[in-house]
Parts: sequence; C-alpha cells; structure tokens
Amino acid sequence: MTDASKEGNGRASGTPPRSSWPLFEVFLRGKRGLNHVHVGSLHAADAEMALHHARDLYTRRNEGVSIWVVRAADITASSPEEKDPFFAPSGDKVYRHPTFYEIPDSVPHI
Amino acid sequence: MTGPGSWHAAGPGRYGTDAAGPVDGEFTDTADLEREFEETIARDRRIEPRDWMPDAYRKTMIRQIAQHAHSEIIGMQPEGNWVTRAPSLRRKAILLAKVQDEAGHGLYLYSAAETLGADREDLTNRLITGAQKYSSIFNYPTLTFADVGVIGWLVDGAAICNQVPLCRSSYGPYARAMIRICKEESFHQRQGYELLLTMMHGTGAQQEMVQDATNRWWWPSLMMFGPPDAQSPNTEQSMRWRVKRHTNDELRQRFVDMTVPQAEALGVTLPDPRLRWNDTRGHYDFGDVDWDEFKRVVSGNGPCNAQRIANRRAAHSGGAWVREAAAAHAAKRTEAAA
Repeated sequence: MTDASKEGNGRASGTPPRSSWPLFEVFLRGKRGLNHVHVGSLHAADAEMALHHARDLYTRRNEGVSIWVVRAADITASSPEEKDPFFAPSGDKVYRHPTFYEIPDSVPHI
Repeated sequence: MTGPGSWHAAGPGRYGTDAAGPVDGEFTDTADLEREFEETIARDRRIEPRDWMPDAYRKTMIRQIAQHAHSEIIGMQPEGNWVTRAPSLRRKAILLAKVQDEAGHGLYLYSAAETLGADREDLTNRLITGAQKYSSIFNYPTLTFADVGVIGWLVDGAAICNQVPLCRSSYGPYARAMIRICKEESFHQRQGYELLLTMMHGTGAQQEMVQDATNRWWWPSLMMFGPPDAQSPNTEQSMRWRVKRHTNDELRQRFVDMTVPQAEALGVTLPDPRLRWNDTRGHYDFGDVDWDEFKRVVSGNGPCNAQRIANRRAAHSGGAWVREAAAAHAAKRTEAAA
C-alpha cells in the first residue's frame, strides 16, 4: 500500500476505517419555490444515515424543507477551468442574449 | 507529495470521473497555472477545490482548516462539562444547543478540509496523536457556571473577531463554512452575555463568580489572536494569499475596543491596570500578554491539555464499534438489495 496518509495511524488491522463510510454531498431546498443548493458534505454508512446526518448538521435552524444526498463518487463533473473548451460552444453565440438585438427606443414593452 | 487518492480532491472518489476535462499537463505548464492562480486571487475571486493551486497554498489551507476544525471539536469539552449541572432546564437546553453547534462547526470545517484532499480519519488521528494543534484557549478549565457565560462572551467574541474576515477567505469552501459558522456564533455570544447579565443581577456571590471567571479568561482570550505580528512569520504570505485579512495585532486591538464597553455595561473589571482609552490613537491601550504562558500551553503544558486529548481519544475508540456496525449493516443491506 503506497498511500502515505494511511500509514502510521495505529489502526488495528481488520478494523474498517471511518473513511470507509462513503462521502455524500448534501443539497438543501431552503423553502418552497427555490432550487436545491449544495451546502456541503458528510460521511455516512448509507444514504438513509446520510439524510439523518444532513438534517442534524445542516438544518438545525430550519434552513431546509427538503434534502437530497448523493454519493460524491456518483457525481460526474466538468473540468473546473473557466477557459475550458468544454464551455466554448456557448462562448461565441452572443445572439442567444436579448442585448444582441437593437430595437428603437420608441418601441414599447420589448 | 503523498500517494494517490489522498491529497487530490480532484481524484476519483470525490466527483467521480471528469467527463470532458483535460489530462494533467495537456494544456499548460506550471508557470501559466501559477499566474492564473495569482490572478484569481488578485481579482478577489475564490479558489475552488478542483482548481490548480500551489502545494504550499494547499498545505497551508489544510493546516489552517484542520486546526480550526479540531478547535471546534475540542471546544465542546469545556462547556460540555456543565451540561449535566446547568442551573435550570432553560440554561441546559441552551448549553446543549451550543455544544451541538460546536460539533456542527467542526464537521463543516472537516468537510471543507476534505475538499483539499485531506482524509477524515487521518485528520482525527492527527488530533489525537498531537500531530496537529487546536486553539490553546480550550486547555483552560471551566471552574464555575459563570465560566459558561464568560466563554460565550469573551471566547466566542474573540472567535467572531477572528472569523468574520475569514468569510472572505480566498478558499471558497472555507469561506462558505465560515459564513454559516458566523451566523451561529452570534447566538453563542449573546447567550453568554445574557447569562452573565442575569448573574450580575443576582447575589454578591454570583457577581464575584462572574468577576473571577472574567479574570481567568481575559488574558487567554487575547492570546486567541496568536503571537504579536513581529513574531508571526506566516502572516505575510497568508495575507498575500488572502487566507488572512488582518494581522493578529489588528484583530486583538479590535476585540479590546469592542469588549471594554461591554464589560462596563456588565459591571465587571477587566484585569489589566494598563487598560485605558488613548485619544491620540483612537483605541484602548492595554498591557502585555504573557507570551511565555501562551507558549507553555500551546506546547502541551496547559492545565487541561492531557485531559482534552484523552477524552477525544476515548470518544473515538469508544465509538469504533458503532462505526463498524453501521458499515456492516449498510453492506448487508446492499447485498440483500442486489
């Protein structure tokens, strides 16, 4: 095993490490009418426990009316680079924005 | 630096695989990456987990966030000491909620540290083996119930001074955790001050308890801002990276200026004969902090260091069977479902 972080931590062999509880990302709907928003992450043995932990950790003051938890490993992410070619298709399509079109000031309600 | 899967947040296990990301080294060299990192910081934008960042920045952030998380976790103990002996159901419910918040703050912060590739189990081990530190303030004992109030007032007050600027830390997940924490700290400080006001309206003995607790916690609270600027070698780099927004001495002064009128309103004396308003500076002057004591406590020789770590260690090993049982139960249910 080459993983340096796992060495020398005195863990008894055969004991499942705490980190064997997978990581879950937590999303909260703050109130009706709003989207779920990512608020953080936590470890839990399974999804049901993750929901309970998320309630205790992220909604102690009525911050949410609905919680989603999802295993971090199940998320597929784009690369974080802002200049990533992945986002290039929308970069040169200014005509998708309303400000692209010139309309005389005299025309109302448009 | 370390092995695979341990220090990269971008590695598998955190966000699965990159659907469309470039492979390392594919599109730019380190100098470009470094310039982009510096530019992001200069524009006061946030660094996010999967961005390229210098190793030193990653290490500094992991250390800072981990120490902060450890402080919250150990910080449950001084006040937890009074949960079973709170003088009323109201005070007990408040104290429980406060201690629970401290646990929550620790967890928000561990979660932020993990976005940098730190491993939770490893962080816990570093705490209980003394490889990583926590705030020295939690190595002082809570001798009377007035200490609960003074901790809320002074210790959480100092923490707020330290933490409000961290809501603008350049590292996104840390800044977001700090915003959440600061909202909750306000309750902590106010419940403490209200507790002390109640005691100051009580008997002479209760008033003396408040004064005594203030005497014991005042100087350690000033130490919470860290050594004087001249002896704080990391400050300059941390300010450049915007992981720190003010120097230790600036924050300490701000705390003193905020606290003196609160002490007056409460009717207690802060234990510093040199404390007086300086009209020219527009600030309160105050006496010298005993930095030798600070060094003693930080290096492990405070009144409660051993006890705090022993308790944390016992809680961790005592909970091992619960973690194992839950993991076994989850595995069994996954098998049954398959």
